[in-house]
Amino acid sequence: MKEYLMLFIGTVIVNNFVLTRFLGLCIFFGVSKKLEASIGMGMAVTSVITLSSMLSWAVYNFILTPLNLTFLTTIVFVLVIASFVQLLEMVIRKLAPTLYKMWGIYLLLIATNCVVLGVPLLNVESNFSFGKSIVHAVGSGVGFAVAIILMASLREKIRLADVPKPLEGLGIAFILAGLLSLSFFGFSGMISL
Amino acid sequence: MRELWKIFKKGIISENPILVLALSLCPALAVTTTVQNALTMGLSVTFVLAANNTVVSLTRKWVNPKVRVPIYITSIATIVTVVELLLKAYAPALYSNLGIYLQLIVVFAIILARAEVFASKNKIIPSFVDGFGMGIGFTVAMVLIGTIREILGNGTFFGMQVLGDWYHPALIIILPPGAFILIGYLVGISKIINEKQDKKLKLQGEAK
Repeated sequence: MKEYLMLFIGTVIVNNFVLTRFLGLCIFFGVSKKLEASIGMGMAVTSVITLSSMLSWAVYNFILTPLNLTFLTTIVFVLVIASFVQLLEMVIRKLAPTLYKMWGIYLLLIATNCVVLGVPLLNVESNFSFGKSIVHAVGSGVGFAVAIILMASLREKIRLADVPKPLEGLGIAFILAGLLSLSFFGFSGMISL
Repeated sequence: MRELWKIFKKGIISENPILVLALSLCPALAVTTTVQNALTMGLSVTFVLAANNTVVSLTRKWVNPKVRVPIYITSIATIVTVVELLLKAYAPALYSNLGIYLQLIVVFAIILARAEVFASKNKIIPSFVDGFGMGIGFTVAMVLIGTIREILGNGTFFGMQVLGDWYHPALIIILPPGAFILIGYLVGISKIINEKQDKKLKLQGEAK
């Protein structure tokens, strides 16, 4: 139990996916202009990472390993995850329109994204068991959500500030992310994985 | 010939994938801790971009537009796997340095974007040149960031000591926060340069 808890806290705070591993930066900077959109995106990413980690764990351990096809991991994961996300989008649109309105539109945006492909690949690389894969996936999703929500709140405030002209927009967003990352650095060493 | 040169040049300067278009940022921050890693990553991406643009352009008449994205992704993933296996076999140390980011080339926005925007509409040679130019632009930006980070953060260049004992390396530049802040300023600088150039072109246009 302790092991799982450590893994969870480790992935949410200490090895935050966005701020220390730089995964999912495109959506991190693209969507964090508004707080509301960030919350939706955080939820969408968390659920997609978790489900696709489970799926890709099964594909890797029940199909690729027995057939000795592990060198095809990258191709297979990309295709499996992309088609799975499309399917998920269709199902949600049909069955739960209110839910779809909340975060369905973000699903297609993240069908092929670093963080969504990165987590399953890392699971395989670190030889995680099924349970650990899920904990790792949920942790990275929550970590992403925390980072993007913090970032969006900061960016909403900075809009009122007088930023040097060349740094407006993307430039200042990067510097903000740097400061955010610096503060998360304070957690390093808290848990060693 | 001049047309081709134009296509090649725009990837390096006016449409530089990292500094101007702000695409594919993950690798620009993650693997630029040393110049060597940055260069390997840049060349791998250049290869994938050029090869994928060629393939997409070759098959553009037979690919049904409705299923084009899955087809592009499959083609990109295949090429990335080739690069991955080659590096694993011939340069295992570099391979382990790049880690998961090498596999993540598959989902780099820039590659899919060039296939969609350029290669699916143009002939083979311009498509190849476009991919190659974009790749070189990517590599130049990566190496630039890598050089700054390695010299300031470690006092070395390509592993060789360049700054003397008097220099105390600013470790922060190697660490993630430094990477974010550095890129922020670089984006600002490239914005200034591009704006100046636009003004110059405008003036020239008016003079004519």
